[in-house]
Amino acid sequence: MVKLKEALESCQEEFFLPGNSCCAGCGLEIALRWAMKALGHNTALVSPASCLNVVVGLWPKAAPNFPFTNMAFAAAAAAATGMSAAFKAKNYRFPGKVWGEMTTLVFAGDGGTTDIGIQGLSGAAERNSDFIYCCYDNEAYMNTGIQRSSSTPHGAVTTTTTLGKERYKKNLPAIMAAHEIPYVATCSVSEPLDLYDKFKKAKSIKGCRYIHILAPCPPGWGYQSESTIELARLAVKTGSWILYEIENGIMKLSKKSQPLLDPSKRTPLIDYLSNQKRFSKLSEKDLIELQERLDRNWERIAAELSCQEN
Amino acid sequence: MVEATNDFVQDKETIVIKGNISAAYAAKSARVQVISAYPITPQTTVVEKLSEFVDNGLMPGTQYIKVESEHSVMASVIAASMTGTRTFTATAGQGLFYMFEMLHWASGTRLPIVTTIASRGPAPPWNIWADFTDIFSCRDTGWMTAFCATHQEIYDEILMSYKLCEDYDVLLPKFVAYGGFILSHTSKPVIVEDQELVDSFLPPLPDEKGWPHIWIDPERPLMFGNLIMPSGFYYEFRMKIHDAMVRAKEKIKTVAKDFEKIFGRNYGNGLVQEYKMDGADVGMVIYGDLALQMEQAVDDLREEGYKVGMVKLRHFRPFPVEDIIEIAKKVPLLGVVDRATAFGSPTGGPVSCEVKTALHDVKGTARILPMINGLGGREVTLEQQKNQLKMLIKLNETGELPKDMFYGTYWDGLLEVK
Amino acid sequence: MSESEKWKKINKSKEERPKVQEYKNWKELSPIPISLPIEGNMGTTGDWRTFRPVIDQDNCNKCGFCWMYCPEGVIEKKEDGHFEIDLLYCKGCGICAKECPTKNIEMVRESDIKDG
Repeated sequence: MVKLKEALESCQEEFFLPGNSCCAGCGLEIALRWAMKALGHNTALVSPASCLNVVVGLWPKAAPNFPFTNMAFAAAAAAATGMSAAFKAKNYRFPGKVWGEMTTLVFAGDGGTTDIGIQGLSGAAERNSDFIYCCYDNEAYMNTGIQRSSSTPHGAVTTTTTLGKERYKKNLPAIMAAHEIPYVATCSVSEPLDLYDKFKKAKSIKGCRYIHILAPCPPGWGYQSESTIELARLAVKTGSWILYEIENGIMKLSKKSQPLLDPSKRTPLIDYLSNQKRFSKLSEKDLIELQERLDRNWERIAAELSCQEN
Repeated sequence: MVEATNDFVQDKETIVIKGNISAAYAAKSARVQVISAYPITPQTTVVEKLSEFVDNGLMPGTQYIKVESEHSVMASVIAASMTGTRTFTATAGQGLFYMFEMLHWASGTRLPIVTTIASRGPAPPWNIWADFTDIFSCRDTGWMTAFCATHQEIYDEILMSYKLCEDYDVLLPKFVAYGGFILSHTSKPVIVEDQELVDSFLPPLPDEKGWPHIWIDPERPLMFGNLIMPSGFYYEFRMKIHDAMVRAKEKIKTVAKDFEKIFGRNYGNGLVQEYKMDGADVGMVIYGDLALQMEQAVDDLREEGYKVGMVKLRHFRPFPVEDIIEIAKKVPLLGVVDRATAFGSPTGGPVSCEVKTALHDVKGTARILPMINGLGGREVTLEQQKNQLKMLIKLNETGELPKDMFYGTYWDGLLEVK
Repeated sequence: MSESEKWKKINKSKEERPKVQEYKNWKELSPIPISLPIEGNMGTTGDWRTFRPVIDQDNCNKCGFCWMYCPEGVIEKKEDGHFEIDLLYCKGCGICAKECPTKNIEMVRESDIKDG
């Protein structure tokens, strides 16, 4: 568990150079900044069509100070498979060099993961391809201007769900855990050091690793840019976003989510939803339903955890 | 001669194998480092044989990725090639259509990927037999395209393709296409060459630094493929692809010459292969498996006293403009046989359109009779091909066009159920 | 110039290759669009700001929360332990001010600041 004081000493290097075109207060940027601090130089990043693809800059300038490939929308997981296979092939021909230590990282948005990219990701997970797949979840297609994705929560207003989304958020970490890959984790940008630890742990594991990060988006969610961290923190405190790891099938709640097994410790959901303009169309009935679903979800988690203990 | 069962060939041997297996042996001889596999009829046995090779340790260090769709096939091959490895894959028909988006990505990244296509007719309705429409649908993707008429040519063309594609002045991906089931599932003797000789012909595998134009190297970080505004060099980058492909024509000729020097097999000048065109009154431009049979038809008719000749088109992209013009100056009439469609185009067939375009501005060149036959694997018999040649001769002498002409193109072999 | 000669200009170590590629026409162009990492690839994004973060250095307890949460990574810890914000690229999102546990960062309106 890294402490802030240690991180201040050891993680000064910035891999994602400033002066890029991320929005002020972008959740993705915090996520990427801390992910790269954990993974270090020997990382190759594959980025499908997403906000990240665009914020990295226009030719001939780039923001990432590490190998970075733009890739077609549906192709990220497959490209990462190919890239990590090529590193293995290079390692065979040139042993003892950096090729055996390269980490292939996919940094995809929720649209590119839960919708168009899910086939490739499922295939890669089934093959246990050796890469880290990180989905930064801003809960809509933000690059193209805030359209709904499978990861948009119920009730959120987007340009394609102007009355609020009817269906619920796709639980992708659970889908990935069902593929029985060695490591699945969820993170939030409000806990950067927790994110750092999880990426560090993922780096040490071989095989398909999946990390899902909640990354609030100021224009997409409708709040002032200064509240990115606060909203991410509220998402965790209300129990709406649960921080956990599933390592070889064993689930473990992270530090900030562990106490929330007790319903009285959870902040009411409305505190999280009321600060975002995208939930302005939520009715009282919706709110009650969402709170109930949240509580039921926690009961399921509690049941699974107690099953594990026995 | 060795009957191919589970005997794996390391030194030069002649073995009786199917066209697909010939392609697999070529990939093995080329020492490919990353293979991405997905099954589709009629290409499946290519990747099955490669799986046998890899699992039996005959391709040490080769990574074999079993992806879940053709789109992922091309995405993984692109990323692997980008990282600096020699790659190979195979697909056909619907699979090729599914990976279409990624074809542009491969040529835009200028990667030397070689892909074999066991061409099949596009669905609907389902059809798994020889029809080159799938390859021609990818005409504008920036991939070079070659056609094989014989089983040996499949093996040879794949080796020549790696030498061509990995030339630093070319660096474009390439299709090696052959007719589904006609070549892929029939057996003929094929010379599988000695590994040392192949190594002396092909360029060495990419070194640690990868290709000279793109690398994934943490010590020299770069980003590939980001946005370019219209005022930026996007237009120029696209132009460079066309430039590289047109200049590749000379390289194709050089590679074919080098191949003949080392392995002793001649394929014309690499772009086209003329057969008995000297003194011919009419000629037939043809490609793929039909070309092999057409050779027999030309021989038979020559014996009967007809002065006919044939031009086997080996490469469609880059299109051999100069060679076609030279040939078209020698005869007054050229038939062009397409085993594919280009709906709504001036002639209905892709190659005949291109031949006509190439000849348009040049005076004193042959009249072109576009022809289409054999779609969806419809059998084209030797008799049929001899009749096609006779029809050309009649047209040349009397100006009489055949029946079954639609919009200026002769659709040969349409069914008439009595 | 052959194709390979064009790429040799960029196909070099980080120190030897140009910081930014410059081409006059398509003949000089490298064959594919690769971009080289550089700070400020969208220019001086500090120009985006309406409000500027100002750290009260006297009362700052050097906890490092602002550095931890800054999305752009423009807050730097200096050798003596105090933190400085690179105003060339700071976009003025306000996260550092909001997250500072001791409330020692103030967002000051740019137009209110008289600087030379």
